[in-house]
Amino acid sequence: MNQTLVFGADAPATLGFDPDLLKKEIPWPRLLTKDEKETLSQLVDLLIPADDHGPVASEVGVVDFLDEWISAPYPSQLKDRDAMREGIKRFDALAQHRHKNDFRKLEATQQMALLEAIATNGSEENKRVFSSFKLIRDRAAAGYYTTREGWKAIGYVGNMPIAGNFPAPTEAALKHAGLL
Amino acid sequence: MAHLTTSRTRAESYDAIVVGSGAAGGMAAWVLAKKGAKILMLEAGRNYDAVKETPMFQAFSDAPLRGAGFPEKPNGFYDATIGGWNVPGEPYTVQRKSDKGWQDAIVDNRVTTDQNFMWWRARMLGGRTNHWGRVSLRMAEIDFKPKSTDGLGFDWPIGYDDVSPWYDQVDQLIGIYGSKEGIANNPDSDFFQPPPPPRVYEQLLMRGGKKLGIPVIPSRMAILTKPLNGRPACFYATACGRGCSIGANFQSTTVLIPPALLTGNLDIITNAMVREVTVDASGKATGVHFIDKQTGKEEHVRATTVILGASSLDSARILMNSKSALFPNGLGNSTGHLGRWLTDSTGSSMTGRLPVLENSPIANEDGTSSMHTYAPWTIERQKEASKMGAPRGHYMAWSGGRGMPDMGTAGEVSSLVGNAWGKKYKEEARRYYGTFVDIHARGEMIPNEKSFIELDPVKKDQYGIPVLRFHFQWSDHEIKQVGHMQKSFAELIEASGGVLTNPVPTDPSKVMTAGGSVNHEMGVARMSADAKDGVTNSFGQLWDCPNVLVVDGAVFCSNPYKNPTITIMALAWRACEELIKRSKK
Repeated sequence: MNQTLVFGADAPATLGFDPDLLKKEIPWPRLLTKDEKETLSQLVDLLIPADDHGPVASEVGVVDFLDEWISAPYPSQLKDRDAMREGIKRFDALAQHRHKNDFRKLEATQQMALLEAIATNGSEENKRVFSSFKLIRDRAAAGYYTTREGWKAIGYVGNMPIAGNFPAPTEAALKHAGLL
Repeated sequence: MAHLTTSRTRAESYDAIVVGSGAAGGMAAWVLAKKGAKILMLEAGRNYDAVKETPMFQAFSDAPLRGAGFPEKPNGFYDATIGGWNVPGEPYTVQRKSDKGWQDAIVDNRVTTDQNFMWWRARMLGGRTNHWGRVSLRMAEIDFKPKSTDGLGFDWPIGYDDVSPWYDQVDQLIGIYGSKEGIANNPDSDFFQPPPPPRVYEQLLMRGGKKLGIPVIPSRMAILTKPLNGRPACFYATACGRGCSIGANFQSTTVLIPPALLTGNLDIITNAMVREVTVDASGKATGVHFIDKQTGKEEHVRATTVILGASSLDSARILMNSKSALFPNGLGNSTGHLGRWLTDSTGSSMTGRLPVLENSPIANEDGTSSMHTYAPWTIERQKEASKMGAPRGHYMAWSGGRGMPDMGTAGEVSSLVGNAWGKKYKEEARRYYGTFVDIHARGEMIPNEKSFIELDPVKKDQYGIPVLRFHFQWSDHEIKQVGHMQKSFAELIEASGGVLTNPVPTDPSKVMTAGGSVNHEMGVARMSADAKDGVTNSFGQLWDCPNVLVVDGAVFCSNPYKNPTITIMALAWRACEELIKRSKK
């Protein structure tokens, strides 16, 4: 966030000081390549799969969100841009080393075995990918849980207008917290 | 809103010009227009219609960057503010803490910044009332008489009894929820609306507070829980910081300006940047010069009275820029007090977690979007703080529970789930979501000699108006108070069954907010009992030029741990009624 804002013709396309809050208009071009998007799509769907509470990540626009996010011309996003693209390369390098192919071209079982190894096996080679694994997982999760489908998946049931008084916590909730 | 006027269609002269349209300007215009005075309101920002522009019910996935903050909108895409730490074309000068050098203020983190001051400005009709926190705490007698109490700071020329009738009127006009508690130095209102029930996490904090002797009581917020004056009650969805299209919380744009316009006595020009108050040869104010941002032209408009409610710092800046042969140092500055005694609230925060809330039964915890409870300051807690070298207090408030997930939610969860991925990660996210609590405090700063504003000797804004330069320093009093805050946060989290995310910091100055960044900047045109001690009398009239009134936070003599908005409104109302009384004579 620490930066001097640039104004005028040289300024990159930004959201501006006074955007229309009822519209989602992204003024910057998306930067991810087709291959990068394909890799991310497969990765985020393994990291955040469908379960009883919600769909798989790519189904709710998480890949497009990651593209929008890392393409933004702001300091935090620029940092993520480099880290995420480097992360994709690291996944590919590991896949190449183990299976002589890019990550996106592996069988799902191979991809899952790689992810499990990165997550649990602290070999030097795996450690190099672990921070990328976390970055992609965490940004994908942020993109996922901020959608209406994601709300259900995490257990958020607000944003519903209520007529009359706001209800007090239920007995079950108070009991769970040891308050009854 | 149809009643806006322009430089072309306005009248030549008005009974009063009101500069600013927020808590101060909105209040003044409402009071005076209702009484039949012809008013021109000048707002530096654009017209803003909360009914049409507020993003109600939007998910963060409906916003760019999932609603996360970015330099042009530091509080996030959906924050109602048009403006923020930087306003294009309107720089201000701050000092670096590290090498004491001067620079144009930049957008920065308010805790880690090297800048001595950060100034949040809104450029929109309704000003900062569109996004404010809605915390509505009455100042107590002790807050008006700090010097008489412990020898520090300055007494006001008025006390609680002078202001309480106006608080009563403000409460009935705007609607504040709360509860009568009878806690010393935290005056109750006879007009509180019923508070919403505490959420589960808040009940844990209440229980924790009880163990420690820290009262945790219903918060006091300008949000309707019952219909009032034609406005509906809150429907408990959409965060107040986005603004409110149904007018269930207090915003000048939904509560004050529409009825003031209905009187037919109020004209408003937006995008009107006031440069200075003009005076005649006898030293009486004649009107203001402003720049019409649409045409770029400089305009002059006349009025019998000029009322400044542009926010403390902009009101003081206008006065400083109002230089004339009679007032070479700016208007209202014959004593040299103009610009001095700048204060802000102190602030710091801490995150903890309440493990007992893991896998709680799922429930809607939106409520009024803000905290339903808080911990007021007490005499007992002051005794403890005084032993730590902190002569003045703070209150604690919080956020937590199952709020609408934002970009930070995954980060919080991820800090706990280690290497989990796939279905396991999703299970863990469900388990930890809603278990976090963020406690923050707002405390009193005592005015000091080292904190003041002046005009930058060279720098001008894009309208050619000299800009402000900030001198600011917390004293040891405030730093030690933040130490007490941090100790209190940790104790309260732990007594509530929680765990701290990080250890208590050893140096409180490293975790406190920068000057100005709590948006409670006050005191730069303080009122006084005697003309030699301040800038205005107790009704906001300039001692040097009585047909100019200051009705915003600039007149505050102290800046207690009571957010200033309702006091600004009460004092503005009081000042305007006095003006009417005087005019009738």
